[in-house]
Amino acid sequence: MRRLGFGVDTSSCTGCKACQTACKNRHHLPVGVLWRRVYEISGGGWRRDGEAWRHDVWAYSLSVSCNHCEEPICLEVCPASAYTKRENGIVAHDPERCLGCGNCAWACPYGAPQLDVARGVMTKCNLCEEELAAGRPPACVAACPLRVLEVGDREELAARLGPPDVAPLPDPELTVPSLRLRAHRNADRARATGGRVRNREEVGE
Amino acid sequence: MLGLARVGGREKTEVTRDMDLLVARLRGSREQGAPAGEERVVRVGCPAHNCGGRCLLLAHVREGRVVRLDADDRPDTLEAPQLRACVRGHAYLRRQYHPDRLLHPLKRVGKRGEGRFQTIGWDEAWDLLAAGITRVRERHGSGALFVPYGTGAYNQINGPATARRVLHLSGGCLGHWNSYSWGAINVATPTVYGTLVTGNQRQDWLNSKLILMWGWNPAEMRDGTNTDFFVKLARERGTRTICIDPRHTFTAQALADEWVPIRPGTDAALMTAMAHVIVAEGLHDADFVRTHCVGFDATQMPSGCEGEESYVDYLFGRRDGVPKTPDWAEPITAVPRDVIARLAREYATSKPAVLYQGYGMQRRAYGEQVVRAGCVLAAITGNVGIPGGWASGLGLQAPDGGAHWTVFPLGDNPVKASIPVFLWPEAVLRGPELTADDGVNGAERLDVPVRAIWAVASNCLVNQHANVNRSAAILADERLVELLVVQDNFLTSTARFADLVLPACTQWETWGVQDGWKYGDEVIVLPKLVDPPGECLSDYAIARGLARRLGIEEAYSEGRDERGWVEWCLDVWRRTRFPDLPTLDELIAANLGVWGRRPQRPAVAFEDFRRDPEAHPLETPSGKIEIFSKALYDLGRPDEIPAVPKYVQEWESPFGEEARHYPLQLIGHHTMQRVHSTHANNDWLSEAFPQRLLINPHDAAERGIEDGQLVRVFNQRGEVLARCRLTERIMPGVVDLPQGAWWAPDNRGRDWGGSVNVLTSERWTPLAKGSAQHTAMVQVERAFR
Repeated sequence: MRRLGFGVDTSSCTGCKACQTACKNRHHLPVGVLWRRVYEISGGGWRRDGEAWRHDVWAYSLSVSCNHCEEPICLEVCPASAYTKRENGIVAHDPERCLGCGNCAWACPYGAPQLDVARGVMTKCNLCEEELAAGRPPACVAACPLRVLEVGDREELAARLGPPDVAPLPDPELTVPSLRLRAHRNADRARATGGRVRNREEVGE
Repeated sequence: MLGLARVGGREKTEVTRDMDLLVARLRGSREQGAPAGEERVVRVGCPAHNCGGRCLLLAHVREGRVVRLDADDRPDTLEAPQLRACVRGHAYLRRQYHPDRLLHPLKRVGKRGEGRFQTIGWDEAWDLLAAGITRVRERHGSGALFVPYGTGAYNQINGPATARRVLHLSGGCLGHWNSYSWGAINVATPTVYGTLVTGNQRQDWLNSKLILMWGWNPAEMRDGTNTDFFVKLARERGTRTICIDPRHTFTAQALADEWVPIRPGTDAALMTAMAHVIVAEGLHDADFVRTHCVGFDATQMPSGCEGEESYVDYLFGRRDGVPKTPDWAEPITAVPRDVIARLAREYATSKPAVLYQGYGMQRRAYGEQVVRAGCVLAAITGNVGIPGGWASGLGLQAPDGGAHWTVFPLGDNPVKASIPVFLWPEAVLRGPELTADDGVNGAERLDVPVRAIWAVASNCLVNQHANVNRSAAILADERLVELLVVQDNFLTSTARFADLVLPACTQWETWGVQDGWKYGDEVIVLPKLVDPPGECLSDYAIARGLARRLGIEEAYSEGRDERGWVEWCLDVWRRTRFPDLPTLDELIAANLGVWGRRPQRPAVAFEDFRRDPEAHPLETPSGKIEIFSKALYDLGRPDEIPAVPKYVQEWESPFGEEARHYPLQLIGHHTMQRVHSTHANNDWLSEAFPQRLLINPHDAAERGIEDGQLVRVFNQRGEVLARCRLTERIMPGVVDLPQGAWWAPDNRGRDWGGSVNVLTSERWTPLAKGSAQHTAMVQVERAFR
């Protein structure tokens, strides 16, 4: 059985947030709930050189949702057994069982589970499984104007794309996410010099 | 609550009814999953609002409501890529079902601009509109009526064209020419090439070795659906890309190998210094220049101008004693001299190469110069008329210029005079003083000042025009503008000044059709998806109602409704561009949404001229590429409109006296939060891209400003309060307040909405009389000490 995951070519991701918003549209998410978020990481600086400016400014964007991990910590910490790991790799959440306690949001290193205040339950990306069942891509993938987001078999993605170990993502050993990246050339500079998430207010932090 | 509180004098029952609707909507938006009822899925054009894209969405419609939007689901190929909508398309339902939608006609009860209104019925609204227009016509003449530029909720059957048609057919109105977006470039491009069709089809970028993305940010303003995607494809084939921009844009991040920051308003200096390096090192295409250009050097000056300054004379400083070397350009542009020389060599030796000009840098003081300088760089490097090259300039698409822009028939206008679109305040203040020297076309001068304005799908009068406080003062004076009618979806900052507010429907609540913006290889239909809310009517129905009052309904409608006019427009495209275009019934029955043609081999502009310039001359006076323009020389204004492209210091610049008080250059980029001022009230888009003043950490530190603080941004024209974001992605000395946020003045005139035009200048470019809104200096301080 194929086990699904996301692939992102961050080298050409503009940070346009079509993915984030197509997701909100597809799943009717209120303001404040972002099943998919786009981080802007930047760094470098400026130096006067006579009357010119020299710079080593860099930036890249990273679109992140639930990564449908192989070792989902949300599932482990949930006291209500609201999470299940399906055979196809999807980490599913059952709002009927959910207590809204927030343990999963606290534990998830990707910030994937998010509280729907109105309904008092956690919510998160379900990989648009109803779309997949109908033979269509997830809303975020279908919307991407630069065609840098994809969904596919995690082993096949792993053969083509690199590990999800760029800033600001946590060590992939923690939960073994089903996410593979083509890293932006600036990812190395983020590792070397420690870039900053420049748009914290836009990703709910 | 919300917008309802602003609308005074309403019957309580109506307010209650709206509240019920609002509550029902809020409840609806919380419910997950599918409401009951049958659902249809309709391929429909995204209501594009002049964003630079023309995209397709799949609308799910159930029980009279659009409940969901999906992305284009057709096959995705290089010849006919999917028309994937951006963030704004996917957030469209937050606009469509916004609780602040205007639902009834409103009559002003307070002073102009106070925003106090009373609900009225359509009969009274049409009576007032007809009486007001007739009164102004009788008192001043038809030339006193004006329908301004507007690209809000518009397409071929919606927007200002519907109002123009009824005024044209009933006696006429003052016309306008040119646009806010492309003021200088529309006029300057033909001075070099004799045409605006200077662009190859985009698939041809895959043949380029180098693309200079100069002030060009297709990832955010799009500049044609898929333009950013084509740049990505070119890079995958090995094309190198360099982004030249004061801001590290989304394009610089994702589509560029290198970012070269440049001080705003100095692009012509960088281009000039590059030309100096190219010519000094003999890297120019001397054969092409000799056979295809005039005015490069003393050997090819037009007759009557033999002794005048050629381009080479200017580059080497033979008249002014200033060689335009990289050393000269470095302190002007802030680009290091070694980088300038490298850029020049790279562009001249990486043939074929593209120098693509964005439009922001021509909405500046001497915007014509940067356009002409870019064209000249393309010409002297021989990149004109070849696959993989690019002639620069506006770049409408070969072979036929692309989109039609206006198909809906406006009818003959008995008033022949038209003004540059940017000069409407002057036409109000001193109409009869305006002559051909001020850009008046079709008449020696205006007969009368503008005394009545009917703004349709336009927030240009207040929010999007320069110097908001000046515009607002003009509109507030009822002796100047005797009648002000605003027709829109929301009570915009312009609508707040109206005597009469007319509630228009969105593009999905009536029929519409559009072609593919600048790269128009498609026709996209917008079938009516749902009924409009409240008493909203289509722009066409509103104008038709006026036509009925004026006794010309039959002439106006020709018996057609909105759908009938869509069919009429399709006939036009079928005759002119797409012979195989299906009928509307066929398009709808097959749920196609879009009809396009697929280029087999990308068209190349000036291909014939390149091959044989004698047999295929340009439409310039000389028939050749005019590096030196005798037509411009004959204007006799060499300091502002030189005959060869030059760098001219702007009227507000870091090098001027004004910089002592206002030391920072202000730009206002096109943010993805909105399209101009449309979507400014969209909560999903504000969540994604909040309005912030971008400031470099160097400039912030000098002012004791920290990330996220509220700051004052001000100059001699006004003051904005905005939260700031410290980022190294804007160059030092420059701040950026994205354009289009709605003006929200307090009782001291300070704007809390973040509208950049509070700070911009109404002064226009010398030749095109176009917008120079990006030329502005400001100071920034902490708001609280």
